[in-house]
Amino acid sequence: MTLAGGVASGADQVFVLLKHWLVARTPGPLQALVSILLTIIPIIVVFPALFAVTTVLERKGLGRIQNRYGPNRVGPWGVFQPLADAVKSLTKEDIVPRTADHVVHYLAPLVLVGASFLAYAVLPIGRNMTAVDLDAGVLFFFAIGAATELAVFMAGWSSRNKYSLLGAMRAIAQMISYEIPLILSSVAVVMIAGTLSTAKIVEEQARYSDGLAHWYVFTPWGLAGFILFMIAAMAETNRSPFDLPEGESEIIAGYFIEYSGFKFALFFLAEYLEMFAVSGLGITLFLGGWSAPFSFLTWIPSWIWFFTKLLALIVAFIWVRGTLPRLRMDQLMNFAWKFMLPMTLVVIFAAAVWRFLPHGVAGSVAVGLVVRWLVCALVVAGPYVLLARGLERGRKIEKRTYRYAE
Amino acid sequence: MLGEGIIQGLVETARNFFGSYVEKERLVTVEYPEERLPLPEATRQFPFLLYDGSDAEKGLRCVACQICEKECPPRCIHIEKSKDKKPDFVGKPQAYPAVFNIDVSVCMSCQICVEVCPFDAIRMDTEFELSTSDRFGGLLWTKRELAKPNEYYQKIHPTEAAETDERRAKEAADAKAKAAAAAAAAAAKAAQAASAAATTPTAAAAPAAPGAASGEGAKGTSNGASTNGSSGNGSKPHEVKTVVKP
Repeated sequence: MTLAGGVASGADQVFVLLKHWLVARTPGPLQALVSILLTIIPIIVVFPALFAVTTVLERKGLGRIQNRYGPNRVGPWGVFQPLADAVKSLTKEDIVPRTADHVVHYLAPLVLVGASFLAYAVLPIGRNMTAVDLDAGVLFFFAIGAATELAVFMAGWSSRNKYSLLGAMRAIAQMISYEIPLILSSVAVVMIAGTLSTAKIVEEQARYSDGLAHWYVFTPWGLAGFILFMIAAMAETNRSPFDLPEGESEIIAGYFIEYSGFKFALFFLAEYLEMFAVSGLGITLFLGGWSAPFSFLTWIPSWIWFFTKLLALIVAFIWVRGTLPRLRMDQLMNFAWKFMLPMTLVVIFAAAVWRFLPHGVAGSVAVGLVVRWLVCALVVAGPYVLLARGLERGRKIEKRTYRYAE
Repeated sequence: MLGEGIIQGLVETARNFFGSYVEKERLVTVEYPEERLPLPEATRQFPFLLYDGSDAEKGLRCVACQICEKECPPRCIHIEKSKDKKPDFVGKPQAYPAVFNIDVSVCMSCQICVEVCPFDAIRMDTEFELSTSDRFGGLLWTKRELAKPNEYYQKIHPTEAAETDERRAKEAADAKAKAAAAAAAAAAKAAQAASAAATTPTAAAAPAAPGAASGEGAKGTSNGASTNGSSGNGSKPHEVKTVVKP
């Protein structure tokens, strides 16, 4: 047991130990620099690699959803497709419109990718594997997330193209609208955990009673909050069905229409990096971060848990993308303000109910848990049903006649 | 309930996803370079020139009449008529195209050239893998690239080719029969004329009046065979002249 436990904890901490070992072997003045580099470089390598894997997985998955094969030409089963894509985007001509604001046009993709990478600073991708354990980690994450909006608008404005400007406008409207439910749904977690530090939030959830972890997603408010968080995350990262900023049928490619070659690839990369980062935050806040769901699975290294959950969420993103068509602009806004916002407020209230209901009823913790669960579920489900009814009532589906087309 | 449709949609796409691994009939993709669907017989891409026999140069059906060149809507055909002539499938001397070029980058596959051709010399090909690294020279097809044997035509458009072959065989047979009849008539006439001349030697100008008959006779002898001059079209006096002159 001790040997197995030792091996397990060694595997768990292998990257941390490796980093300490390497830092200890560098001369004193360089230690700080090497430590920083050894923290940053893995993030800069691993997540773009994950991006490459995701692009091919996404195309294969969407293909299968549409009863196609997907890419299968480059390498066995098309696994080397990302390499071909990389060569293609690197060798394409980099075109800058003559009337564009050259400096801003050049900076926009860099700012976007930079902001996307910065978000990873506070993500605990394993036990003791947070790049910067900030006390206000969640706040930092959302602040950096808002910086991507700046980059999007830089791209849209500097291109001097009506489509890119429209795309940027849409993107800003959408991102700001959905940032509110995104933040409010994580406020519930912050309230319960009592901390803004991502590492501490995970540690809160990495406790076990009766073999089951204390993940917030296992509570009614946590489940509702997680679903709302992921919907808002989809909108925040401009993923289908919220990909209006790049709606091909109306505005061709949206804010990055005037970008080609490697700059376009950077936009593409940033979009996926944001998706991974926000999924990572969702994992951190609701899915217990790097912790195992059951206590008998804790021997699996923490970073494997994190990436397993991340892959599961990526699959969910792809699945949703393959299922839902793009929303209309008014539907998008209605959904944000009439459904998401009230529901996140309900979730915050439910979290408060969960927190302040007595933890033990009739001297039993289990009975207390059941009571809390039921009350909390009612607090979430009741408003949901009422809200759904209210939204359905105002909507009349009738045969549409086109007066001028006939 | 709100969100019910989304769940149903997700179930449907999940069924598609897993179903595509289990049920092969779901995947309708034909993986093109390795797998191919049979082409429909009416497939048409770009025109080609037909020739009979084994020699593309000799058997080319085209007589450079230039009707297709004139009718081609995008004007992708360029023909230069030959100075000399060679016999066609019924043995009649015909010009041939010294140059016959089709710019397939201009061709719109309308098949009008095929429809107007009176000599069954041009037909539509089914070949579609025509990529080339030279977009000017590589897409300007000359006579040599365009000429394809009748057997190829029979292979790609069997019904059409059978119909054409039948018609041409009939035409050739008719031409032969007509030529034979004309030759017989000419022979009879010549015999009659000879006997008439023998009986009335004063009619010295008589052969000049039935010029056609004597011309035919002259041509028939000059060409050795007796199968030509039978089509009886408007160009006959002209032909007579050109043949008689040398």
